[in-house]
Order: sequence, then C-alpha cells, then structure tokens
Amino acid sequence: MPETRPAAYDSKIEGNVVFTRLDAAMNWTRKNSLWPMPMGLACCAIELMATAASRFDIARFGSEVMRFSPRQCDVMIVAGTVTYKMALAVKRIWEQMPEPKWCIAMGACASSGGMYRSYAVLQGIDQLLPVDVYVSGCPPRPEALLEGLMRLQNKIEGERSFVAQKPALVRELDEALA
Amino acid sequence: MTRRYPEAESETMTSPETLDSLNRLLGPALKSRTEFRDETTFTIAPENLREAAKFCRDELSFDYLIDISSVDNFGEEPRFEIVYELYSMKLAAHLRFKLAVSEEAGAVDTISDIWPTANWHEREIFDMMGIRFNNHPDLRRILMWDGYPFFPLRKDFPLEGLPSEMPDVAFTEAAPMEGGPFVTMPSTATTKDREPRARPPEL
Repeated sequence: MPETRPAAYDSKIEGNVVFTRLDAAMNWTRKNSLWPMPMGLACCAIELMATAASRFDIARFGSEVMRFSPRQCDVMIVAGTVTYKMALAVKRIWEQMPEPKWCIAMGACASSGGMYRSYAVLQGIDQLLPVDVYVSGCPPRPEALLEGLMRLQNKIEGERSFVAQKPALVRELDEALA
Repeated sequence: MTRRYPEAESETMTSPETLDSLNRLLGPALKSRTEFRDETTFTIAPENLREAAKFCRDELSFDYLIDISSVDNFGEEPRFEIVYELYSMKLAAHLRFKLAVSEEAGAVDTISDIWPTANWHEREIFDMMGIRFNNHPDLRRILMWDGYPFFPLRKDFPLEGLPSEMPDVAFTEAAPMEGGPFVTMPSTATTKDREPRARPPEL
C-alpha cells in the first residue's frame, strides 16, 4: 500500500486537477471518439447511413467521423452480407486498421449469414475477425445500431487499456517499484 | 400487347406470316415452333443459332437481346437448355429461341459479336452452369472467382455449397442447413404461416 501524499503543487491550479486511473482516462477518450470504418455491403448500409444522418445523428456518441481509410478507423461496422468473394477483402481491410480496434457485426447477415444459407455467403463475419458487438435485425433500425455502439462503449470502459497497450512499460514500472 | 410505334401496326411484322421467313431459312433445322400469348418460341439446333440470330437482327429488326438464360434438366438428355430472349424496338415484339445442349457437347457458339450484350450473359451462364461458348472473346467467370471449382446453378450442386480453398483469393464452406432448406409456402395464409421455415424438399 503506497503512502498518500498531497499532490497539488500550485494553489492557483489546484482546483483544476482531476485524479483518475490512467485506464479510465484512456478508455474515456477512446469510447467517445470511435471512428467507424463503414463496411457497407448490403441494405444494412442504408440504415448505417441513416444512423449517421441528422435524425439519428451518430455524432451524439462521437462516431460521426466515417473514415474511408482503414488506417484512421477504430471500429469496423460490418453492415451487410459478406460473400465469400468479399470475405478476404474485408479481412484485409480489418488488418489494415491500427490497434486498438473493435468490430460491430450489424444485422443478421454479418452476424450469421442471415437468410443466405447458400454456397456464396460467409456464415458470419466472426469466422474471420473478432466481433465485439452483434446487432440483430434485418436490417437493424438506427436505434439498434446506436444501442450496439453504446454497448461497445460500455465494453471499452471496462478494458484494461494501459496494460494491454504497453506491456513492456508496465513490466519496467513494476520492476522499478519492486 | 401494346404497340408503341403506330407505323409498325401496318407492317404487322410479328404476324406468323413474317416469321415464316425464319421458318424457311431454318428449314428442317427448325425443331418446333410454339405460340403463347402472341410470343413465338423457336426451338432450333445449336448449329443454326448464329445464322438465325443474324437473320433476326438484320432482316426481322430484332435489335435488342433482352436476356440469355440456361436451364438444367438434370436427369434428362440433353441435359441443358439455353433460352435467348429477343425484342424488337421497332415492332415492339418478343421472340424466343431455345436450344438444347448435351452435357458431352457442353458448348455453343457465341453470339456476342452479333449482340454485344451477350458477352456478359454468356459469361454468367458459363460461371453458373458450366456451358462454354465457342469463340467468346473473354470467357471468364463473372460472379465467382477464377479458379472456383464448381458450377453452382447445376441441379446436382447442393444449395449449402461445397468446400473450396484458394489461398489468398477466396474460400468456401458448406453452410449449416439446420434442417432446411428454408422455403416459403405459396398460400393466402398470414405472414406468420407463410414465412420461410425449414421444410424437407419433398414437401
């Protein structure tokens, strides 16, 4: 148990200092600026567009910045039917996204293949990438996608970001403190 | 049938007499000729396809090839059937060609030089049914990827698919049917009763 000491060093700014865990601060910034990679492949993409537009306004949750370059994205929203022909292209784009990254499978097709139990359709994008949130519906309403996004935000809140992100630094700190 | 061009009324090119010229051209090569709702269907031999197609386009003004489709009569001989759907802008009339292709032959002549739109129709038939087209300028698969080993629209290909693997290109796996296929029953019942459910194929 480390002893507590007064941390304020300047009475002028003392009132403006906030104490928090590093994880909490990182997660707070991450979850409120989830930039989506709109992987619109079918009719779900129409609902995704509606979610982004003014009536449902995904900007209320910090996710209005649809980036069409995977290098600038945090969350891939797979909206639509993933055919086998498209599957490896989706995976390739996913692999181009920098960590940390998350994935929302939007709708029945992306989650499970949906009504397409056929030779041409991948039976759920989770066979290729790790999915964080599944949104049911065919297609889901924009409210459902927003709910999915909020669930993802809750999930991010509970992540141990610092340990996951900087294992070497954590090890060094542990050794220094030991 | 509605006629959009009044002048075509006087020519009455679509009348049976006009198509008789096609009859004469084909002669004994014509296998059958049927009329249904003012539309004529000629069943011809594959060898006569190009001759008949050119004649229809140049002499009978069938300038528009609407579609080419293929049928798999699995278990019968000849196995395949190809249907050419023609339309004349001038006459506002339809004309249909059917020809039978046996599995051993497995090929017919292309008509993509007569109607360029046939290029992609023929590629689709090649991709889905595995019928080849002689002298086609670019006979590649159009929906599935090059190297996919099956022809998915054939009757002996299972709906759930077959596993295949092309590293770095694509792969397929058989879909779980879960007691399916899931089919809709034609009826006037409510949506709840009509919705697709797992029903054995024989029902």
